Amino acid sequence: MADAVQTWLPGLQISARRSASRGLKQFLRHRSTIAFLMCLPLMIIIAALVIYPAFYSIYLSMLNKAQTRLVGLGNFTFLLSRDVFWMVVQQTAIFALTAVFFKALIGLVTAHLINNLPARGQRKWRGMLLVPWVIPLALSSLAWWWLFDPTHSAFNWIITGLGFHEIPWLSDPYWARFSVILVNVWYGAPFFLIMYLAALKSVPEQLYEAAAIDGANAWQKFRHITLPMMRNIIAITVLFSLIVTFANFDIVQIMTAGGPRNMTHVFATYAFMLGIRSGDLPLGAATSLFMFPILGIAAIFILRGVRKRGREIG
Amino acid sequence: MAEVALRNVVKRFDEVEAVRSINLDIPDNEFVVLVGPSGCGKSTTLRMIAGLEEVTAGDIYIGGEIVNDLPPKDRDIAMVFQNYALYPHMTAFENMSFGLKLRRFPKDEIKRRVDNAARILDIAELLDRKPKALSGGQRQRVAMGRAIVRNPKVFLFDEPLSNLDAKLRVQMRTEIKRVHQMVKTTTVYVTHDQVEAMTLADRVVVMNGGAIEQIASPHDLYHNPKTRFVAGFIGSPAMNFIRCHMEQNGAGLRARISDKISLPVPASLTARYQPHSGKALILGLRPEHLTEPRRSDRDQNCEFDITLDVVEPMGMETMVYFTVDGQEICGRVDPGSAKGPGEVMRLHANMNHMHLIDPQTDAVL
Repeated sequence: MADAVQTWLPGLQISARRSASRGLKQFLRHRSTIAFLMCLPLMIIIAALVIYPAFYSIYLSMLNKAQTRLVGLGNFTFLLSRDVFWMVVQQTAIFALTAVFFKALIGLVTAHLINNLPARGQRKWRGMLLVPWVIPLALSSLAWWWLFDPTHSAFNWIITGLGFHEIPWLSDPYWARFSVILVNVWYGAPFFLIMYLAALKSVPEQLYEAAAIDGANAWQKFRHITLPMMRNIIAITVLFSLIVTFANFDIVQIMTAGGPRNMTHVFATYAFMLGIRSGDLPLGAATSLFMFPILGIAAIFILRGVRKRGREIG
Repeated sequence: MAEVALRNVVKRFDEVEAVRSINLDIPDNEFVVLVGPSGCGKSTTLRMIAGLEEVTAGDIYIGGEIVNDLPPKDRDIAMVFQNYALYPHMTAFENMSFGLKLRRFPKDEIKRRVDNAARILDIAELLDRKPKALSGGQRQRVAMGRAIVRNPKVFLFDEPLSNLDAKLRVQMRTEIKRVHQMVKTTTVYVTHDQVEAMTLADRVVVMNGGAIEQIASPHDLYHNPKTRFVAGFIGSPAMNFIRCHMEQNGAGLRARISDKISLPVPASLTARYQPHSGKALILGLRPEHLTEPRRSDRDQNCEFDITLDVVEPMGMETMVYFTVDGQEICGRVDPGSAKGPGEVMRLHANMNHMHLIDPQTDAVL
């Protein structure tokens, strides 16, 4: 009997091992498993670099300056009671909305111009107009800073050469706001250009032909065909740009560092000033967290419209 | 309502001549179909009439007026596109009324016209739907409605049924014919489907390689083709082209298609073909004129035995394929008399419907 068991057991072990390896093979062969495994590295990176810091900053925002005890929503209520914070909210809104509006407008106009060029010329212009978006932003911001610089400003050199007064590009609060918005528009418009150009190319040519036969002129074609057909791309591009512009840091930090008199600060630079420069990390974290609900609400509204139109147009 | 005329119209795309000096007169209210294979220039011709393509040379007249330099909107034409070209963000009503809205028609007039067109096309209950919520056939009706409401001088159709399935295509074909009978307007219709051309047209224009091969009524085109291309293009299955040698047989003629088979030319056609006696020609015979021997047209001289290669039962009739001297020939026989592949079958050639084609010029003699 014992002999029988002994001879029987190794066979069982081998077959169990075989079935286990077959099961693993089958599990690995599942398309969903492969997809999950291929996404896993990205999920780990997102977890490590986005989710963990996000939760950590929420935790951080609820600590006192020395990070020794929890103060609940103390940092938030403190910020809400400060005039400078409200000024930053206002400035960020002005900065983001104005910059996104002009980026969208310039992107739309240039996309139309390029789309109407002959195919050969299009590639050249498309390449040239994409340059601002390709150059590292820190470098191009520095170049702009030199152009605006009070003593060596190339712009002022031209303006005074034409007989006008010098403009205090970065020292006057309102000109400084204008300057940072200008650079942001210069940097971001090519993104809109390329997105709108792709959207324009996806509008079937026959719709324009049908409109031409229906009696539409160029403006009517744009208003009744192009714009409605591009609405989803416009909405998504605006949302994406709004998020990036709202959270902009480098342009403002390099050109004005939030000055003069805090009048060009946006959320990111203000949070940096409070958290890093002034050493109050929890207050900095609380400031940056204010961006979340604002962008979240914008995203919900915009994406709801996109989904609705997507269902209708298909 | 207006007549359309094309005078020596040429269209060149860089080096390629898509349309070669064509002339065409379409009287008021006529339904003309441009038919031909892909790349024959039929769509380009239609687009030139619409004003969507510029004319390289020649003149296009609509209602007696040269329209070469007029934009599409000023030509008073309406067009139905192959893929419907409905505005996806507009409802069926908005699609149909768009042209009228741009022309600043009063609202009640727009509604009256759209409702009228919707009634003709039986789409009244679909007017508040967007194109995505419509089936292919319904979209095509809306596209036609968009053309009808304008009450234009000329209707242009660019392969409007190509995107529909076979059953719906037949249904919509009848629909188009019905609409044309109700709304009498000069119509130019482009298709590559010769059945569509034959069933819809008052006159068919057969195009090939950018030129017009023949303009004729469907009946005339079928029975009296002018060229080998037309003879082969019109009719399904296509006409058989069989190499033959015209032989003198006393006072008559015979067309020899192989060592064993020689078919007599009917007396009524002998005088016509007499000058071609002794020449190597091509005999054109449609499948329906190669049948099993029938009592009514029994002529022993026109009968011959063949071995069947392929048999295709179609229900109402059966297509039989066989080879003579290396040439594949198709016959159309009664399903009851068809035999199986490999079997010998006796066939009768109705030579009263024969065509003779000159292999050098491809002209029908």
